[in-house]
Amino acid sequence: MLTASATLLSTMAMAIQRFPKPEFESAYTQPQTQIPLPRGEFLAYLDVFVLFASLCLITWLVLKKRSRFWVFFMSLFSLAYFGFYREGCICSIGAIQNVSLALFDHSFVIPLSVIAFFLLPLVFTLFYGRTFCAGVCPFGAFQDLFAFKPQALGSRLNTVLGIIPYLYLGLAVLFAATGTDFIICRYDPFVGIFRFNASFGMFLFAGILLLSGVFIARPYCRFLCPYGVLLNWTSRFSRKHLSITPKECIQCRLCEHSCPYDAIDVPVTTKSPETRPAMVKKMMMLTILVPFLVLIFGYTGSRLQETFAGVDSRVKLAKEVLALSKMQDAGNKMQDDSYEIKAFKASGKTESQVYSEASAVLKKFYVGGWLFGGFIGLAIALMTGGRMLPVYRTDYVTNKGRCFSCARCTDYCPVKS
Amino acid sequence: MPNRREFLNTLMRGGILAALGMLSGALVFRSRDKNSCSYGFDCSRCSKSESCSLPAAIEARQTVWQLDPAKCIQCGRCATNCVMSPSAVKCTHAFAMCGYCDLCGGYFKPGTKALDTAAEHMLCPTNALRRKFIEDPFFEYTIAEELCIGCGKCVKGCSAFGNGSLQLQVHHDRCKNCNECSIARNCPSQAFSRVPANKPSLLKTFGNESPAKVPQKGGVNA
Repeated sequence: MLTASATLLSTMAMAIQRFPKPEFESAYTQPQTQIPLPRGEFLAYLDVFVLFASLCLITWLVLKKRSRFWVFFMSLFSLAYFGFYREGCICSIGAIQNVSLALFDHSFVIPLSVIAFFLLPLVFTLFYGRTFCAGVCPFGAFQDLFAFKPQALGSRLNTVLGIIPYLYLGLAVLFAATGTDFIICRYDPFVGIFRFNASFGMFLFAGILLLSGVFIARPYCRFLCPYGVLLNWTSRFSRKHLSITPKECIQCRLCEHSCPYDAIDVPVTTKSPETRPAMVKKMMMLTILVPFLVLIFGYTGSRLQETFAGVDSRVKLAKEVLALSKMQDAGNKMQDDSYEIKAFKASGKTESQVYSEASAVLKKFYVGGWLFGGFIGLAIALMTGGRMLPVYRTDYVTNKGRCFSCARCTDYCPVKS
Repeated sequence: MPNRREFLNTLMRGGILAALGMLSGALVFRSRDKNSCSYGFDCSRCSKSESCSLPAAIEARQTVWQLDPAKCIQCGRCATNCVMSPSAVKCTHAFAMCGYCDLCGGYFKPGTKALDTAAEHMLCPTNALRRKFIEDPFFEYTIAEELCIGCGKCVKGCSAFGNGSLQLQVHHDRCKNCNECSIARNCPSQAFSRVPANKPSLLKTFGNESPAKVPQKGGVNA
């Protein structure tokens, strides 16, 4: 009869040969242990090739063919390949985390295919605008399908909600660089749909995004996507961005309401009545505002180090070990050990090792908190400053940073090339 | 150059391009410390390239998640934390280590009197662990993979009262190879790590057979 013993069951699996290997008298042959092979390695490079080819094709479709019809079909292909076939993983958005971790942790291996997924869309965007968003990114393709009744949101709401991607990007880099968590992957709404297998929360999040996407087109792209921040910056300096008109704008106003994403900048022909003293005052305000916001937000970020670090498993373990030793010192009756404590006791680590690991993590979050806060402060200050600048524009142009190059507006323009 | 704005744009574009180039250089070359490899990372001249664990050497190779049975404490989180349901972690039987016992520590619940196939006597909640009589007194134990949920109850029993031949392993025909493994994040003993894709198993043995000899079934799983 087997008797159960609590201490025996809490030890780690050890290969103790309690029973000798049998010698079989019959003709029995022992079966081989088999482990299924993972996906072939070369297929990762196939993905990179498909990405490169897709980027070339979509750029040509957007800039040369200027056809909404073909861009739409290209996005369906990307949804099928990068979305449902590859099940949304590997992706350029998540690659930000791998790059962050690889820069700060030298033992972390970043495959070349992941570097390619991070860089290729950025390089194409740097020259040709956000064609990646138009027809290659499966998230964008998915949301584009649901943009039935897009509403104009107004520039103030767009600016305020536009802070959220900066927060997401900052937190993603912070948590990835400290080796704590990959939050972009964890809070990815659409990968569950691509896999046909997700928790209820994930499906709910995806459902909310897609349904609200009927009225607020591309909600993830505009107000959540962290990679979109990088694409926004690179797209602003693009050499050849999608333009509404193939030649010159005749101010016919036909394209004014054609963009579902509020990415068309309309002409502003009344010269701003700002006088020189007023402009100098604005400049002075900005000179004070930028460092002030950077410092305030940076300081707040550093004060949040315990909140942020509390998510890390090493810090959580240290807190548990500390609580346990305090209870032991006070002579209190011990409750059942959690699995973390059981594993810690069996691992042979000392308490001081656990504490020093946790304090190293906390220190990283102190520095990281300053940088994260400063980054957010700078972003808010510059966004505010950008709204103060005087604007003079004669033509209808795409906003180079925010335009997804979906080519809807090209159908409205009567000018022929 | 037509005008000042375009000139500035071109300058910024060049700057961003240079920054991206430096970033990729840093990522690709950061761990190429000449002292750590006697062949200067020319893997074609080295006979141990398959088993090399230097970050630069496995950089180009794809990696997959695997769990180390030596660290596993059979907490049961493999069954509940995987993004796939049922989990991609399944019990794997290292037949070479098995004692073929009648009174199997991983099959029967402790304290069982009658050694039959009644469900109330079995540790496995899904009847994935099956046994077949071979000859007296030996039984062969196999796992029906499609039923195993990776709860680790049989592994716990086998390691406590047997040879430890039943071990939890990530099965890569089911594992999605997530960027961050949800199970790995919640493993109390940090048993999960990334291993090269051409050596995806960490099955324990008694030391007289190397894990590399474990044959791999199936071909490329696209």
